[in-house]
Amino acid sequence: MYFGLSEDQVMLQDTVRRFLDTESELDHVRGFANGDTTLAGKLHAGLMELGVPLVLIPEAQGGLGMGVLEAALIQEMLGRYVTPSAFTPAYGMAVAGLNTGANADQRNNWLGRIAGGEVILGVGVTEAVGAREDAGLTVTGDKVSGRASFVMGAETATHFLLGAGNALAIIDRSSDGVQETALTTIDKTRRVIMLDLDNVACDVLDGAAQPAIDAMINVGRVLLAADSFGAAEVMLQKAVDYSKDREQFNRPIGSFQAVKHMCADMAARLEPCRSLLWYAAYAQDNVPEEGPLMSCMVKSHISEVGKFIARTSTEVHGGMGFTDLMGLHYWFKRIGFNRQLLGGPEKTRHDAAVLQGFAK
Amino acid sequence: MDLNLTLEYQAFRSEVKSFLDAHRDQAPSLSDRGVRSEKRKAWQKILLENGYAARTLPTQYGGYGATPDALKSRIIAEEFSRAKMPGGIAGQGINMLVPTLLEMGTDDQKEKYIAPTLRGDMVWCQGYSEPGAGSDLASLRTSAVLEGDHFVINGQKIWTSTAAQADMIFCLVRTEPDAPKHQGISYLLFSMDTPGIEVRPLMTMTGHAEFNEVFFTDVRVPADQIVGKRGEGWMVANATLTHERGMLGDPDAALSRLNSIAEIMQKETIDGAPLMDNAVYRDRLIALQAEVFAMKFNGMRLTTNAHEKKSSGMAGMIVKLQGCELNHRLAELAIDVMGEYGILFEDSPFIRDKGMWQTAYMFDLGLIIGGGSAQIQKNIISERGLDMPREPKVTKK
Repeated sequence: MYFGLSEDQVMLQDTVRRFLDTESELDHVRGFANGDTTLAGKLHAGLMELGVPLVLIPEAQGGLGMGVLEAALIQEMLGRYVTPSAFTPAYGMAVAGLNTGANADQRNNWLGRIAGGEVILGVGVTEAVGAREDAGLTVTGDKVSGRASFVMGAETATHFLLGAGNALAIIDRSSDGVQETALTTIDKTRRVIMLDLDNVACDVLDGAAQPAIDAMINVGRVLLAADSFGAAEVMLQKAVDYSKDREQFNRPIGSFQAVKHMCADMAARLEPCRSLLWYAAYAQDNVPEEGPLMSCMVKSHISEVGKFIARTSTEVHGGMGFTDLMGLHYWFKRIGFNRQLLGGPEKTRHDAAVLQGFAK
Repeated sequence: MDLNLTLEYQAFRSEVKSFLDAHRDQAPSLSDRGVRSEKRKAWQKILLENGYAARTLPTQYGGYGATPDALKSRIIAEEFSRAKMPGGIAGQGINMLVPTLLEMGTDDQKEKYIAPTLRGDMVWCQGYSEPGAGSDLASLRTSAVLEGDHFVINGQKIWTSTAAQADMIFCLVRTEPDAPKHQGISYLLFSMDTPGIEVRPLMTMTGHAEFNEVFFTDVRVPADQIVGKRGEGWMVANATLTHERGMLGDPDAALSRLNSIAEIMQKETIDGAPLMDNAVYRDRLIALQAEVFAMKFNGMRLTTNAHEKKSSGMAGMIVKLQGCELNHRLAELAIDVMGEYGILFEDSPFIRDKGMWQTAYMFDLGLIIGGGSAQIQKNIISERGLDMPREPKVTKK
């Protein structure tokens, strides 16, 4: 038994860390947030050069053939650097959906084109988690119509993989009948949109759609949790660093127990999340009977701990935490965004109860 | 990550299982906690002979002499727990004094004390805390004055578990009153039968006397009953404090507690419907389940690190704080879902699970306070784990 990361996994994470350390500095992130959308493309190209996005694509289709644990380790880094990146929808969820729900021809076609960099998918499965305002899509023949809300990955997507009732369909973003409404969320490092479709041509995936949609949601939940975990790690470290530097009453504020204990609480709640995240990600590929439950557990728990750390770290920073000068709010908002997508804590806990036969 | 056991460890697991199967009749019940229980001592003997107690301690002192292997220790713990059979005796003598003697004791002391302690023939209590020395343990005032070849001890200890049954005490006393507080303490071993010792049971909120107060009046202890040198007691004691923190907070215990609550919620009803149908109760259960899993996996990570001889850093430092708090919140949920039945106590008719949930709820609060209070744990986490500055020292008048 070995509960921990392999040397290769640590190296993978270091590679991503080194890249983001220069390419995803806070100034760049600010630029993207303030409308310079070219950064997402640049970062994407850089990550593609490292091969990182192809982590879940099988080797047969030109990918790396690795697992959800590796994907989660990458996403943790992206969360640490609040990187404008659609890794979760484009290379986590979409690839998981295609791996599970596409026939061999479709897999070769779409995964091959994704690996080649020609296609980047966004995903819309919000309604499969819970449909608000009667949103939803319907497939008729090879056409799809209706509304998909909170479609993820709009910053780089050329195509969208969409849940439509009990079908999964891919559309070209530039097709006739596609109407996009950009949404402004608290998190300016990522882009979500509403899609209103009117008889749009689509490629309906040939496999069983429900398991594929479930796989997308499970992987998406693990990766959103990984992102929040990375962001929360940074918020804790920033709080500790600031408290050692900032002086009041002729002492660093970090020497006051009131402040120290806030930091200790953050650390004590965050550290076990690392092991939960590793296991939940590992289980997706290696303990399939526990995969869905663990994705609910990790998403709900890290959302709660992340929220606690987001507010506590901001408080430790005092007035500075509240300003834009420090940019701490990018991490705060990243965690807030992740919490609501693909099911908030109450929803994911309900799903966990259903999976265990505790609720209908 | 590799959660499979190699063939060697699979074989070891089967070996533990067959041992448990073959010896089920000899095992005392889990509720048999008597330190003088003959059945427990007989069981301890079997465990010692087979390497399931004192596994890695040297054979010359009555241990089994196995190479330390964190994974094997975990497998043993898992299998004993699964079989619902008790492991070895786990008093403060075995858990704290024995490791201390192995590290700091003289050959004579090791020879004399370790083997009978391991067998359960010699029961120890720990004389550390005092009414005026809790979190600030080093300020303890029980004095030991050298008169000829004896220390003469006067003072009072508190929170002394098993003091009434113990044969011996390992005790911190102030031998150098003029030295700085950490350098004036010595670590003494003496018999609880020594004249001048009075033990008074300390009744707690649970209705039981889990602890005692111990009073010393002119207690005469031979001067060679010291571990380490005069004034080194703080250093000697700190080795054992580390052992105590590792001893508390068991993630598998939390998991079985959680599963018991889930059973209660499925079995018991309110207005004819199972408690589990109540969405708010259920939400609390699942929220705690996620925390139980997180601590379970954190524990697996610690096992791997121990096995690989790697430091666990923060992952280890948070176990006492998080583990005790989690157990307390589990008991709290059990009581809340049972509603009025949750307040039944002692031998009340209609009581559930022999009243263990209220007892656990109260006793766990004691564990949050004892063995290094939650606030002290947070100081340790922030100062040693996060490298935050210490509280400035208040200068003495």
